[in-house]
Amino acid sequence: MKRVYVKEEWCLGCHLCEYNCAFANSNERDMVSALKGKPWVSAVQIEESADVCFAVACRHCKEPLCVTACITGALTKAEDGSVRIDRDKCVGCHSCIMMCPYGAVVMDGNHVANKCQLCLTNKFGQPKCVEGCPNGAIVYEER
Amino acid sequence: MRYVLIGNSIACVGAVEGIRANDKEGRITIVGKEKYPVYSRPLISYYLQGKVKERNLFYKTEAFYKDNGCEAMLGTEALSIDASRKTVKLSDGSVVPYDKLLVATGSSPFVPPMNGLEKVAIKHTFYTLDDARALQESVNQNSKVLIIGCGLIGLKCAECLKDLVNKITMVDFAEKILPACLDGKASGMVKLNLEENGIEVLLGTSVKEFEANSATLTNGKEVDFDAVVLAVGVRPNVSLVKDAGGAVGRGIVVDERMRTSLADVYAAGDCVENTDCVFGGCRVLALFPSAFTGGRVAGINMSGGNAANGMDFAVNSTKLFGQSIMTAGCMSGEQLETESTGYKALFVQDNKLKGYIIIDDIERAGIYTALIRNGTDLSTVDFEMLQRKPGLLAFDKEVRQSILGGEV
Ligand SMILES: Cc1cc2nc3c(=O)[nH]c(=O)nc-3n(C[C@H](O)[C@H](O)[C@H](O)COP(=O)(O)OP(=O)(O)OC[C@H]3O[C@@H](n4cnc5c(N)ncnc54)[C@H](O)[C@@H]3O)c2cc1C
Repeated sequence: MKRVYVKEEWCLGCHLCEYNCAFANSNERDMVSALKGKPWVSAVQIEESADVCFAVACRHCKEPLCVTACITGALTKAEDGSVRIDRDKCVGCHSCIMMCPYGAVVMDGNHVANKCQLCLTNKFGQPKCVEGCPNGAIVYEER
Repeated sequence: MRYVLIGNSIACVGAVEGIRANDKEGRITIVGKEKYPVYSRPLISYYLQGKVKERNLFYKTEAFYKDNGCEAMLGTEALSIDASRKTVKLSDGSVVPYDKLLVATGSSPFVPPMNGLEKVAIKHTFYTLDDARALQESVNQNSKVLIIGCGLIGLKCAECLKDLVNKITMVDFAEKILPACLDGKASGMVKLNLEENGIEVLLGTSVKEFEANSATLTNGKEVDFDAVVLAVGVRPNVSLVKDAGGAVGRGIVVDERMRTSLADVYAAGDCVENTDCVFGGCRVLALFPSAFTGGRVAGINMSGGNAANGMDFAVNSTKLFGQSIMTAGCMSGEQLETESTGYKALFVQDNKLKGYIIIDDIERAGIYTALIRNGTDLSTVDFEMLQRKPGLLAFDKEVRQSILGGEV
């Protein structure tokens, strides 16, 4: 399956991926109405130190531990291999956060879990973070 | 191939998925004592609270049984196993043959003998959807409820009853809340939060004698109630296997492939005792992730595959009255308390992370859980950085590259 892969040597830590992610999953028409003056959450997170930075998002594991621990059935592995979340089912127990080895599940403002679904469930259909990355530091491809 | 699965819950679902990964044709019969399609047991408290709608109680979609070619005999109990004839006798009088059998009977609430308990008219356990509904029907805004047991189930019960009743008192024999998972400090934080939410918590004491509407405690205190909830603990349902001559300890004894000592009989979930790879011994974990994973491993092996369940250990995460409580592994070795927006204690032994207790500051805690699971040598990571804030920055570039640049 196609996944988002990271090339940390190309990452400038500009955080555009985070803005794009929050926007793409907001259902708003443009980035300003999605983000300006509002609390927002991105499913991709930049980690940075003095000399390294890179983006982290769900790896869509072959055997996702988050799915095995989800007490509601909100997290599932779809036929296409992506790990999906039904946020209507999530009760915010954080079992997925406890299980994800990469720290790729985040909490939303309303305390339910949030994670990358590769933009397969929003109107964009493919990762907006990748499209918006000025340096190709994140790519969406088959490996 | 004919598969029979006893117990229609989480381990059973894991097994169905495991079987169907290898065998799309074999016949699967599920025998479940409860009359409902598989629902998530931990959600019963959220359901009473009104936080989970009835349709969201169910762990799988309605189509699950049909899509996986399963015949579900719900509201039916398995009465006995004949391991030599390879048959199971059911409560409807039928006898079903199996080639491979899974026992996933879970556990049942344990009610210890208590003086005068028979005088109490309204008493409940809190384990099934029917338990939850019966409890809800028996209380109202004026009710006083006494909950015996400050384990996870008692706590979740208190949380969901808070807005449904007038007063809640919790009593536990132990000096701490969740003593197996929390240290004194974390337990104190949880207790404080309960008290701030109007719950009376009485620790280190137990009921000496019940009257119809009151209990005298061993510390001399008297508690009035209209209803009692018994949440002292659970015991694995082992009798089917035991009576058939299978090996049983505290739970059903299984090997790494989830085989019992009876040929072609597997077991998984709350009813088994597992090897806890962190704790280093055998114990009943009685946890959701262990049930699902154990069931899946059993299913894979029942259908001719090869899987081992070697990486099991205790993990628990819940939110209680807005407070996040997350624990993993065990509290052995040196305890490092780190700077935190809530509370965070990490347990390190032989330069490996063995466990943690976190209150509220749970962001990316799965990175800690992975250190425990993988037995990572802490000298290979920037552990100081990890203590402050879990992140992939603390790992070598090659490790990070394999995670973020490859398939995991
Ligand atoms: C209120 C509550 C909150 C919880 N919260 C959490 C949590 O946050 N995290 C966590 O990890 N775990 C939690 N748990 C525990 C979790 O629910 C169990 O670990 C999990 O359900 C175990 O699944 P299982 O398939 O092994 O068995 P069970 O869910 O116990 O199901 C076993 C099924 O087998 C049936 N059965 C038994 N005997 C027979 C028979 N002879 N014939 C036919 N059917 C039979 C039973 O009726 C039952 O339906 C919670 C439990 C409760 C009650």
